Amino acid sequence: MDTAVTPSPIVSVRNVSKSYRRGSQTVPVLEDISFDIAVGEFLALMGPSGSGKSTLLNLIAGIDQVDSGTITIGGVEITTLAEAELAAWRAAHVGFIFQFYNLMPVLTAFENVELPLLLTGLSRRERREHVEMALSLVNLSDRMDHYPSQLSGGQQQRVAIARAVVTDPDILVADEPTGDLDRVSAGEILSLMDRLVHGFGKTIIMVTHDPKAAEKAHMIRHLEKGILADGGG
Amino acid sequence: MFILKLILRNAFRHKLRTILTIVGVAVAVLAFGLLRTLVDLWYAGVEASSASRLVTRNAISLVFPLPISYKDRIRQVAGVKEVSWGNWFGGIYREEKNFFPNFAIEPKGYLEMYPEYIIPDDQRSAFIHDRRGCVVGRKTAERFGWKTGDTVTLRGTIFPGQWAFVIRGIYRGARKNTDETQLFFHWEYLNETVKKTIPRRADQVGFYLIELKKPEEAAEVSLAVDALFRNSLAETLTETEKAFQLSFVSMTEAIMIAIKIVSYVVIVIIMVVAANTMAMTARERIAEYATLKTLGFGALHIGCVVFGESLVISLAGGVLGVILTFPAAHWIETELSQFFPVFTVAPLTIWLDLAAAVTVGLVAGIFPTWRGSTIRIADGLRRIG
Repeated sequence: MDTAVTPSPIVSVRNVSKSYRRGSQTVPVLEDISFDIAVGEFLALMGPSGSGKSTLLNLIAGIDQVDSGTITIGGVEITTLAEAELAAWRAAHVGFIFQFYNLMPVLTAFENVELPLLLTGLSRRERREHVEMALSLVNLSDRMDHYPSQLSGGQQQRVAIARAVVTDPDILVADEPTGDLDRVSAGEILSLMDRLVHGFGKTIIMVTHDPKAAEKAHMIRHLEKGILADGGG
Repeated sequence: MFILKLILRNAFRHKLRTILTIVGVAVAVLAFGLLRTLVDLWYAGVEASSASRLVTRNAISLVFPLPISYKDRIRQVAGVKEVSWGNWFGGIYREEKNFFPNFAIEPKGYLEMYPEYIIPDDQRSAFIHDRRGCVVGRKTAERFGWKTGDTVTLRGTIFPGQWAFVIRGIYRGARKNTDETQLFFHWEYLNETVKKTIPRRADQVGFYLIELKKPEEAAEVSLAVDALFRNSLAETLTETEKAFQLSFVSMTEAIMIAIKIVSYVVIVIIMVVAANTMAMTARERIAEYATLKTLGFGALHIGCVVFGESLVISLAGGVLGVILTFPAAHWIETELSQFFPVFTVAPLTIWLDLAAAVTVGLVAGIFPTWRGSTIRIADGLRRIG
């Protein structure tokens, strides 16, 4: 595993701090975090509960705002974008994988994967082609008309991965993607993510508690009380 | 298209909850529509009254009669085309629950003044020429299975005794709001009998009906008629038929206002219930809305999904309520015709029903829509369950 800063980063985090207000108190979550992630890298963020892993992931994914510092992804400084611009940027550049899959229960696997494409200018036929391709990538072509409740946890997470990659985003962010799965299903998901990195050159940032899952990553960064324990914070 | 699909599927996600909410809205809209109709029909007599007819009654109160001798003097007032008269009879057919309005009238002029009572010529003629004859409205005839030639006996309340009449005609209304439950018989028959039994009450009428040559002369004619009898033992009060009807309605205006308020309260109650349902629904789906936002969908999309669901449920209830209103109104008109001779749901009431349903949907959707569309993604994603 390589812990050195890469020369051509796709993600550049500089002096990022974040705190939350709890009543009258301000609780610091991240303090002066700086690090880079290279294109095609698979980074695992580890640390105890409350260390700020998910917050950092949310900031990189553009779903939360920094208090100070900058985050540049693919040359775009997302910390300066307005909410609507950020939404458009997320739709085009980030794929999301959640611990609890976050599929729409009233939509089929096909419709769930199609969701991000509805915000693009693709025709219905083009969308269908993309969805079918994404579902075949996760080996669920035969389950595209199934609803989430008709799928196992592992299958639901594969649908979520198909949804994450269907727009061909620059980076994938995964928050505990195996946290709700048994070991076999977790292994399948990690293999799939590994394939996305090595086969398709995707950059993945994964938050995990699971050392086995982290082993799949190229690089592991540890967060302790909002500070990168292995430097950069 | 996607938004619509999501709205419809979300709306029926918890079938029992949605069905109960729809039924709740439907019942509220039904109640609202029926109460509005009740208020409308309370004023139906006013609406059905003619601008060319005046009513003259005792100035003290309607319960005090006027002498029959007034008719010739009224007829001589400029602007008067025709004069007729009548008495409220208040007879009961067998039991009090069989109530229907019945009047002793001067038949020829009275029926001519009311072209909205449509009677076949032969029946009209038979009635006019038979002193013990009567005409009844179609609904009352149908209610009791009466036909022409039948004898009907009423028990007098104001004029005691058993009063037998032969049905010579059955009238129907020219308009939907024409009362088809009344019974009319000869004032002469009443007067002759009263002369024998209660002579002091003979030769008196309850009211005079005046047909005007020109409706626009109503005010002048009214004043002229009342001036004729000023300082007499029975002073008169002459007013348009509409004002006369309104004087009855005004006696119960407080009840009507209460009914109107209740009709609005019903809608407000269901609004609160629907708002609670939608708030619960939105709270359960916060993580889904956050996920949609994460994927790039904006507040407008989320707002449409939440608001749309609220509107779909309330409109479904509204439409169901409107559909149920017609059989309910028909049932009331048929089964309770003694109380509600006309129970026609006006088109405006239907529009008000639908407007009420839309209002329920809009109001119930406001808070959940605001909540769903403004939720911070990071907060929303934490709400899994």
